[in-house]
Amino acid sequence: MSVPRFWREIPYRYRLIGSYCEKCNETFFPPREICPRCRRSGDIKDIKLEEEGEIFSYTVIRTAPPEFDVQTPYAIALIKLKNGPLIMSQLTDCEMDDVKIGKKVRMVFRKISEDGEAGIINYGYKFVLAE
Amino acid sequence: MKKVAVIGVGITKFGELWNSSLRSLTIEAGTKALSDAGIPGEEVDALYTGCMTGDMFVKQGHISSLIADYGGLLPVPSTRVESACASGGLALRQGFITILSGVADIVVVGGVEKMTDALGSQTTGYLASAADQEWESFNGATFPSLYALMAKRHMYEYGTTEEQLGLVAVKNHYNGSLNPNAHFPFKISLEKVMGSTLVADPLRLFHCSPVSDGAACVILASEEKAKELRDDPIWIRSSGQASGAIGIYDREDICTIDSTVNAAKSAYKMAGVTHRDIDFAEVHDCFTIAEIINIEDLGFFKKGEGGKAVEDGITSLDGELPINPSGGLKSKGHPVGATGVAQVVEVVTQLRGKAGKRQVKDAEIGLSQNIGGSGGTAVVHIFSR
Repeated sequence: MSVPRFWREIPYRYRLIGSYCEKCNETFFPPREICPRCRRSGDIKDIKLEEEGEIFSYTVIRTAPPEFDVQTPYAIALIKLKNGPLIMSQLTDCEMDDVKIGKKVRMVFRKISEDGEAGIINYGYKFVLAE
Repeated sequence: MKKVAVIGVGITKFGELWNSSLRSLTIEAGTKALSDAGIPGEEVDALYTGCMTGDMFVKQGHISSLIADYGGLLPVPSTRVESACASGGLALRQGFITILSGVADIVVVGGVEKMTDALGSQTTGYLASAADQEWESFNGATFPSLYALMAKRHMYEYGTTEEQLGLVAVKNHYNGSLNPNAHFPFKISLEKVMGSTLVADPLRLFHCSPVSDGAACVILASEEKAKELRDDPIWIRSSGQASGAIGIYDREDICTIDSTVNAAKSAYKMAGVTHRDIDFAEVHDCFTIAEIINIEDLGFFKKGEGGKAVEDGITSLDGELPINPSGGLKSKGHPVGATGVAQVVEVVTQLRGKAGKRQVKDAEIGLSQNIGGSGGTAVVHIFSR
């Protein structure tokens, strides 16, 4: 995979930058070019999202694509961010049995995957249990 | 309004078909369908083929030309249709619209996927291409995991149980045991489902449809042609299609697939029927939770009551509303691009009263529902005798 494909998403993946429509007062993540509610009449701006939220749903993946093989089993979750949208993320540094719907989580910065032995290393957000 | 009929159907065996290629499977299903319709290739005005990932699984692009060429149909205009696992259903809709538009009288609609030419380790990633690559797959989400997220939440909100999920697989394997073309034509017990390997909690191996090779084909005709060629045409009463968010994170409610709700609404309206008029349905059970969500979204059961309906036997072959008499994706197999067309082959076979041991009693109106990805596309068709 080419470097620019990941490089251009860095602000969003490293710092959890989403989009905010001033007209609809709604926040989106991942970022969007136009607001899906009011379309072109809105005014979309970047916004720093809260790094805290709670688990809306989750699962533990036991069969993964090759680039995630070394991490299995790992949990992914849909997280409802505080004052923000649902986002999908891995959960990390936790016992799988402690993961429950409704638990509070917070963002951490982690390695996501490696693009083969000579490729780039992808970093981004993951979430850990906050309680 | 003009009417469109299905006048021929053909399907290959589904399974790990090492002797068959993408093109040979498509041609086999197509030849069967044309023979069933009793028409020569010269009569064909247009060709549509649903295929999701020929580009990845067998590295073959330009599938439109390949199929027209090896089908001996040159120079018939040929189009490949892709919308993940809904490619087949969407190809059917293109054929339907083409006849309605008046530019064609006879259209061949095929669906195919040749999945076992890829290594098992590559397959999960190829299928994940139907999800949002940058914001789902990048984080390690797999297809089973997206449906597992829906399952967990459905269990949390409505009390759906692992047993109810398992019973979908048991029911569909029972139906599939009566379908000689099924990938896994045998019955399984609930214990076997519950004891199978976890793939993504709460989904186990036997909650997942298999990776299959296979193709299916239907021949569509205008009303005039259909009446001329057959005394038992099956009418496509309506076609509904809707788009939904590509990522599960952007859905209003992950226990509902909005695209199904919207496609069904269009299809019921166009056909002038309600969900109460449907005698049986082929729905997209790529994972057992999907069947439960689908039968709710199609209006057959209230949200949250799908699992109980399965448990109560309402959706069994001899129940009030048989769901997936073919065995569904779970037992019949899921060659992704073929699935939407294979569902129609089953609906037509049932409406003709030719489904043998798995025949649904008094089947007059049937429905097919085909989903792409985790709900980014849904296509619903309604058929009647």
